[in-house]
Amino acid sequence: MRRTIRALLVPLLLAGSPALADKASNSIRFAYDQVPENIDPYFNNVRAGVIISQHVWDTLIYRDPTSGAYRGQLATAWRYLDDKTLELDLRTGVKFHDGTEFTAEDVVFTLTYASKPENKATTQANVNWIAKVEAVTPHKVRIHTKQAFPAAIDYLSGPLVMHPAKYYERVGPKGMNEKPVGSGPFRVASHVIGKSLTLERNPDYFKDSPKPAAKVGKVEIRFIPDRQTQMAEVMAGGLDFIMNVPKDQAEQIGAVPGFQARSGETMRIAFLHFNALPDGPVEAFRDERVRRAFNHAINKEALTKELVGGGSRALVTPCFYGQFGCTDEGATRYAYDPAKAKALLQEAGHASGLSVDFYAYRERQQAEAVINDLQAVGIKANLRYLQYAAMRDQMRANKVGISFQTWGSNSVSDVSASTPVYFGGGSDDVSRDGEIQALLRTGDTSVDPEARKVAYRKALALITERAYTVPLYTVPNHYVASANLNFAVYPDETPRFWEMTWK
Amino acid sequence: MTGFVLRRLALALAVGIAVSMLSFALVRLTGDVATAIAGEGARDEDIQLVRQTYGLDRPILVQYLAWLGELLRGELGTSYFFKSPVSDLVLSKLPVTLILGLSSLLFALVIAVPLGVLAALRPDSAVDRLALGIAVTGQAMPNFFLALLLIMLFSITLRWLPVSGSGTWQHYVMPTVALGYYVAPAFMRLIRAGMIETLQSDFIRTARAKGLSRSRVILRHGLRNALTPVVALAVVQLGYLLGGSVVIETVFALDGLGYLAYQSITHKDLPVMQVVVLMLSVIYVLLTLFADVLNAYLDPRLRAAM
Repeated sequence: MRRTIRALLVPLLLAGSPALADKASNSIRFAYDQVPENIDPYFNNVRAGVIISQHVWDTLIYRDPTSGAYRGQLATAWRYLDDKTLELDLRTGVKFHDGTEFTAEDVVFTLTYASKPENKATTQANVNWIAKVEAVTPHKVRIHTKQAFPAAIDYLSGPLVMHPAKYYERVGPKGMNEKPVGSGPFRVASHVIGKSLTLERNPDYFKDSPKPAAKVGKVEIRFIPDRQTQMAEVMAGGLDFIMNVPKDQAEQIGAVPGFQARSGETMRIAFLHFNALPDGPVEAFRDERVRRAFNHAINKEALTKELVGGGSRALVTPCFYGQFGCTDEGATRYAYDPAKAKALLQEAGHASGLSVDFYAYRERQQAEAVINDLQAVGIKANLRYLQYAAMRDQMRANKVGISFQTWGSNSVSDVSASTPVYFGGGSDDVSRDGEIQALLRTGDTSVDPEARKVAYRKALALITERAYTVPLYTVPNHYVASANLNFAVYPDETPRFWEMTWK
Repeated sequence: MTGFVLRRLALALAVGIAVSMLSFALVRLTGDVATAIAGEGARDEDIQLVRQTYGLDRPILVQYLAWLGELLRGELGTSYFFKSPVSDLVLSKLPVTLILGLSSLLFALVIAVPLGVLAALRPDSAVDRLALGIAVTGQAMPNFFLALLLIMLFSITLRWLPVSGSGTWQHYVMPTVALGYYVAPAFMRLIRAGMIETLQSDFIRTARAKGLSRSRVILRHGLRNALTPVVALAVVQLGYLLGGSVVIETVFALDGLGYLAYQSITHKDLPVMQVVVLMLSVIYVLLTLFADVLNAYLDPRLRAAM
């Protein structure tokens, strides 16, 4: 019903006059639909929280979103002393928004606090690899990990921001949410919890930061739950920039003078996940030939190009192309071949067809397109569209034979944050292949980058050869903005307001 | 009368308990609460931590009784999501919802009373048909759709009113119209029917025979009598407007109780959700009771029947 109304309404919305950009005040007005429960980055797990954290706080290391190279941010250099000890030299002369100087004490306090289970950081995987943090000198720290953890560099360049120790010790996460203090290119001018956040350019931002000093003076972030309302705000001139716009609507608004729409591939991948366990609910999926038939039955190139669009790419392996260790080298490629799919089904004893429950929780249109392809080779897939939590419950209760999954890797650019989640022996691993699990473990724990790459390559090759999944496509994001705003889109779905300018 | 009020108060309590049990159970039908709170990217250890932190690893009956026990001690609990006391959250959001509910009610009456009277004065005329058309449109159109049409006209095309937020009185104009228009037809129909019946009464004929002016007969004698049931209906509709503001507050990003209810459902924030649902249901039942008492006060025939 709402989809129909949206289809009718967007052309009506477009009949309005275009918005005037907020160029004069050199500020950007942005809205997001989800409210972070606490904007302290250690105590939320939503995209809006990631966006805010990158602007208000800094990390020790910075990962260039274009080249993937790591550069020093609050740290200037780093080295592994042994498999479990990472030493970092810290930058001098950096000041937090409250005027205090950044030192090793801040790193020790922040990471020690966040990694203590009793402090209940929201995403434990971000911090539970830390065993101990110690200051060697006021500008040198050592991070000891519980086991060899090569992805530490990526975590230190993503979710693990640095807080000012004395302030954080005094106010805790609650106080940090109410009056955030970081060292980033923007400082928080006001935070009306649950409603809005106003960021002001940090005039004292250190000049050697890989994040350049902000060009705009102010960023206003509002939390507007309804995406139609967000679009209306853009059209009425109340907002300059929004994201997560449905593809068709972004294209329509982008065609109106005064606005622009852009799309970009994200780190989120879509794939079909088979339960191949000996006691799994669908006996047919224990047969590799059936799983291969599914791979041949789905025209993912057409799906990616015609339906998904927006810079999306078809996948060969279940990981994001830009992640360290992700490769399709040596992977089995399944051409779209319905005849072969039928032959494989026949060979497996399903000549008269197969009927399965097909679980999904998002990407409904794409799931329906996949179901159509399956139908064409004699597979009747009955769509069971559930909320995420309900689907996950069913999966973990071993009641799901096949599901349409998506995974965003928590924006961590390392395969250890994606493929092992579904094939590494955890509760979402429903193939439980010991050989693959061992290879992924080697990739996750070796500190030799080449050894990691080899292990991941072999694991990904086996996953595709044994057809435990049908890798589909990378999920794009669609952005709408005033035509006068210069901005770029990145796979980590984090708009960089510090680099945005008005034309 | 006292017995009637006491019986209805007991009923309000029973409804409150039933509603709280139902909402407690319903929210769990959509999947594991801890999984939903932990979010999509959460791993097992995150979900386990959530489960332990909020006591969600206890049997559901134990959880419900614990919540009920705290409620009876006057403890509304702490929001899982905002980490603030639920009482503070609810009290801070209530004024927005009350303003919206009352202004919507006022708007509904302002359009319903004149249209109802005009329709009654000339039944089956063009004016009556127009009033009927307005009423049917109001009831047939979902309020969120009307909200979007209003945004299109007044915010995007004319640029007269802000799309969303709650900072100024202008922010309340479109939500008031979108919410109020939906309840106006009920008033309009009641006034029309009441006026037609009243205008055919003996006392109206007597008033006319006494030579009173047409406007005096209609407004002083006719409308005054026809309005009696409207007062009670208004009280009931206020309950509907307070509860029905969830969609409108969400569309216009008005930071009221309805928006809080939406957020609590989205984030599986059980303590907030339970209190909001309980509060709205009890308010509704109490307003219905108040409407009955008011009706009895205004109409002695009903008083005798109680």
